[in-house]
Amino acid sequence: MTEVAVIGASMTQFGERDAWIRGLLAEAGRACLDDAGVNSDEVEHLYVANMASGEFEGRTGIQNALVSDLAATPAYTQRVDQTSASGGAGIYAAWQSVASGAADLTLLVGGEKMTHRTTGESTDVIATLTHPVEYKHGVTLPSFAGLAARLYLDRYNAPRESLAEVAVKNHANGALNPHAQFQREIDVETALDSPMVADPLRLYDFCPVTDGAAALLFCPVDRARAYADRFAVVSGVAGATDTHVVHERADPTTMGAVVDSGEAAFEMAGRDPADVDVAELHDMFTILEFLQLEGLGFAAPGEAWRMATEGRTALDGDLPVNPSGGLKSKGHPLGATGVAQAYELYVQLVGDAGERSVGADVGLACNVGGFGNCVTTTVMEAG
Amino acid sequence: MEAYRYADGTITYPGHPVGPDGSEPVATIDLREYIAEVLTWTTASVSPPGVREPNHLAIVEFDVDGTPVRAIGQLTTGDVAIGDEVRPVYCDQLRDPSAGIREADSQEWDGYRFKPV
Repeated sequence: MTEVAVIGASMTQFGERDAWIRGLLAEAGRACLDDAGVNSDEVEHLYVANMASGEFEGRTGIQNALVSDLAATPAYTQRVDQTSASGGAGIYAAWQSVASGAADLTLLVGGEKMTHRTTGESTDVIATLTHPVEYKHGVTLPSFAGLAARLYLDRYNAPRESLAEVAVKNHANGALNPHAQFQREIDVETALDSPMVADPLRLYDFCPVTDGAAALLFCPVDRARAYADRFAVVSGVAGATDTHVVHERADPTTMGAVVDSGEAAFEMAGRDPADVDVAELHDMFTILEFLQLEGLGFAAPGEAWRMATEGRTALDGDLPVNPSGGLKSKGHPLGATGVAQAYELYVQLVGDAGERSVGADVGLACNVGGFGNCVTTTVMEAG
Repeated sequence: MEAYRYADGTITYPGHPVGPDGSEPVATIDLREYIAEVLTWTTASVSPPGVREPNHLAIVEFDVDGTPVRAIGQLTTGDVAIGDEVRPVYCDQLRDPSAGIREADSQEWDGYRFKPV
């Protein structure tokens, strides 16, 4: 297979935006092409990662609209929906298109427009991914998080403050990210005193509702130097699934799809957790940072909370996690998130991360859909 | 509250066309005849359209003659703890089917809440 490089990347301002999905995607796509110095008519494949533009905005076929908006016709295009892991699935699709030799220049743009809906409406759009026995009881993704967090804290005797430490860390990182939705620090007391949302989780344990888009441009590694002096290489990428019905899993505090996709991505890259210098994890809820650290092999079961309380996942720790601010602070426009995770790895690997640079050569991104229903893990390295 | 037993002996709620190992269902089990234990619970303070607020939820585990069977559902009260015993009680409408985004006719809306024993 052809080795695949990322030669350009972009992300829009995340937050509450006036633009609708079509405008957000075009903004990110144009910025990415500009970043790489590539003309739109050179793009052969264009993938759009998006979960629910039909449900949120009543707009379908956004991939076809984007091809025209970027003047990229007659490029092949396809929308990739893998719920909130759509961005990661888009990376897998874009990687496949180049690795297989089907395309030499592939653009991936992920985005979502959400903030025009109320929080309840947005939560319900996302909750439509659940099984009927879950949906009719009003089970939402935040309530899954509350259920998992209570069991984790009880089983491992982990302090409630450890979850607050995740929020504090990611807000501190987000304060250094000009694209982040929240660019302000918080303290543990603020997190612990915030309103209860899904007991024992409070407001600051949850990511916000967000508008935004991000993009990546892929080509074969042997052509990357023709476009860029600095680039990143996708050395491992893999996806996996777990049961649709969440309570049927053997252990509610283990996400099997994280474990499986992580192992496969590490194997493909010829790497292991000790090789990773920086990780972008899917902290839609603070508890998910612990579950992914353990599922990916960065910590033993029941031990990830110690990494938060000991500062090991901070920017100056031995494994910086979510230097971008994560979903928690940067925001979570569903289809954009996996792409934006890789954007952060890209800027870290090519040395464009500014104040939040951690000096990384190997990065990992884990993009989770549903409550672990589907996961894509990507390993990227400096080119 | 019907669970399926599959040819390999596993039991799931809800039932599926095939079990975890791909085997077909061979029997049904009425979980109303069993007591379950609360594995974990939460109270959601903010609910989506058509859902009661606050919404007390639990994952519970039944012991069906030595075989564990889990289920998720609403609790009748938020006054519970991990390890409490509960039993299913019928509710003719768990959620207003006209308020959410899912097509009302695409699924059933009655079911069972869990009440502490």
